[in-house]
Amino acid sequence: MDVRAQTSMVFHLDKCIGCHTCSIACKNVWTDRKGTEYMWWNNVETKPGTGYPTQWENQDKYQGGWEVTEGKQLKLKSTSRGKVVANIFHHPHMPSMDDYYEPWTYDYQNLFNAPEGSDQPTARPISMVTGEPINIEAGPNWDDDLGGSPIYAENDVNFEEVTEEQKAQMFAIERLVFFYFPRICNHCLNPACVAACPSGALYKRGEDGIVLVDQKICRAWRSCVAACPYKKTFFNWSTGKAEKCILCYPRLETGQAPACFHSCVGRIRYLGVLLYDASRLEEVAKLPDEELVEGHRSLILDPFDPEVIAAARANGIHDSVIDAAQDSPVYKFVKVWKIALPPHIEYRTLPMLFYVPPMSPVMAQQTDTGIAHTDGDFFHDIENSRVPMKFLAELFGAGHEGKVRYALKKQKAVRWYRRAVTVGDVTMEYAEAMLRAADCTPEEAEKIYHLTAICSFEERFVIPPSHREEAIQMMEDPLEFKQGVGFGFNQGPHRGP
Amino acid sequence: MPATPFDLFCFAALPYIAIFLFIVVTIERYRDAPFSYSSLSSQFLENKQHFFALVPFHYGLLTVLVAHFLGLFIPRQVIWWNSVPVRLYVLEITGLMFGLLALIGLIGTILRRLQSDRVRVTTLPTDWIVNGLLMIQFLSGIGVAVFYPWGSTWYASTAVPYLWSLASFTPNLALVSGMPLLVKLHIISAFLLVAVFPFTRLVHVLVMPNQYLWRKPQVVRWYWNRRKIRETA
Repeated sequence: MDVRAQTSMVFHLDKCIGCHTCSIACKNVWTDRKGTEYMWWNNVETKPGTGYPTQWENQDKYQGGWEVTEGKQLKLKSTSRGKVVANIFHHPHMPSMDDYYEPWTYDYQNLFNAPEGSDQPTARPISMVTGEPINIEAGPNWDDDLGGSPIYAENDVNFEEVTEEQKAQMFAIERLVFFYFPRICNHCLNPACVAACPSGALYKRGEDGIVLVDQKICRAWRSCVAACPYKKTFFNWSTGKAEKCILCYPRLETGQAPACFHSCVGRIRYLGVLLYDASRLEEVAKLPDEELVEGHRSLILDPFDPEVIAAARANGIHDSVIDAAQDSPVYKFVKVWKIALPPHIEYRTLPMLFYVPPMSPVMAQQTDTGIAHTDGDFFHDIENSRVPMKFLAELFGAGHEGKVRYALKKQKAVRWYRRAVTVGDVTMEYAEAMLRAADCTPEEAEKIYHLTAICSFEERFVIPPSHREEAIQMMEDPLEFKQGVGFGFNQGPHRGP
Repeated sequence: MPATPFDLFCFAALPYIAIFLFIVVTIERYRDAPFSYSSLSSQFLENKQHFFALVPFHYGLLTVLVAHFLGLFIPRQVIWWNSVPVRLYVLEITGLMFGLLALIGLIGTILRRLQSDRVRVTTLPTDWIVNGLLMIQFLSGIGVAVFYPWGSTWYASTAVPYLWSLASFTPNLALVSGMPLLVKLHIISAFLLVAVFPFTRLVHVLVMPNQYLWRKPQVVRWYWNRRKIRETA
């Protein structure tokens, strides 16, 4: 058992209001530089929709992620030791700026400096790449709120397995539905970007699992951009380096939540430590599709188990991090309550960001005598909800509906239980029967309610101390030897240049 | 033919200046500004023409360069290979094909860089210098292959001994001062490329990712020795 700690995330999609504040926070902190204008390390997509970059989920086109070959080997789809030479001059699967969008700004100065003329001066859109005027053709969330669009929503890759009838129902007027899908780098356990980099510039930090690009080693071979199935590694076209979400590690190291997490208006984001077993990664990544969600969940270890705690300590994990793992809201959502699921687990990168699937309005009509009670079939409205189970299963269940259904049922049961408590038009017996059918108890329901609806900032973000004082340079005591000069110099303080 | 001052500078001084600059500036650049080592790919900005320009350019160039290096280290074997006319023709035609491929690719990259707004805007002055020198290099090289047959034999018997004479710090100008202008141009622009190498994007050649062939897929970095850190003193 090789126990490691990872700072993991949960996004509660039932709470996301699609305000994009998270995107703006990240943009203003990290990606407002030349070469990064088009990058949105955090972006919010409308589902159904084509996403950013366009149709990123189409792995036939982009060849992202891993696959299990005939010989039971785990291989990257886009590159390999054999293909690296051929792909290095021109990468065949790399998205280009046209797949994202050409970033633009407006020539505001023209409003002041335009010469005298017969019409009003305007602020023309100009490209942030070339500086020339452009026609705006696309943006990072061009299909925002356009659920039902025949151009964008209909081309959502996740519809491939949904029946035509179900798809038509999603697009019918008065039954239109969409939800928001905010995404950041998943800081995967088996990152494809790390494995694809020819120079080895990408790495995963052992202490907290954050995946980073070493800017001094990156040589712009672009394999990482193609390999990430979520397309969360970006190419800085100005500096010629790859960049990606860094999970605001400078903030995490000082005990602050990442910018996108902190600024989230809907308070949908949860951050916490998960202890996982690194020795079983390859075994889990090779499981067949239908076993992947459960396999991924099985990697996550119980932070209260004395054996796990002992193994964690032996691996150098500090007690304070183990405490954080015990308090972790992510552990509760993912492992205890089982209502948070990894996105597109079939890419086999083992993402450590989990989503609570959204409920959606019901298809069926309400009767005018009140709520329809159907004996024994508590969850008919989940089966009949406007977002087909199959669509959600494509996103969160590798095409298999069981885990998604479980998550939705439990959320529904918690709602009905709370309705019994606060409104009373549903009997407690009925609510408790629903809870039992959803594999839940009133105690668990109360905890889910608390952490979903009325939790505090500190309960949502349980950030472990990063113990930077234990980092390498600190271990070499600067005062240990005579004539030592301490630490912090990039170049020693010697005479001359 | 006696060596002119021009010959003296170009073939006895320039090579050493070029190699000196190459070694010193490359190392200093890597120590001071490792961030600047990048292939500065523009594929992201323009993806369609990129394939038709960059791929033939690199395959053509690399093959011809490998052939030149082979000639440098096993010149006698090259001359032996060329002793049979059919083998000579095979070698020369293959070399010419790859040279033309490289030239087509290079013209493609230059045209692409001029035509595409996005790519042109990110171009540095040194990129133009490199393109210009490469153009001279490719045209003169192909010119030598076409107009002065047979280039591989000339190279192995004359240019290679000259290069080794440089290595022993006793440059033998007699070997090159009688060469046609096109050959001299090829040699001079080669050394100019070596001289400007560390100032340009060409440094990406030195950081070719050979290690990908043998490294383990996943890379994890630890800030501290996780086994030892919890041992009490």
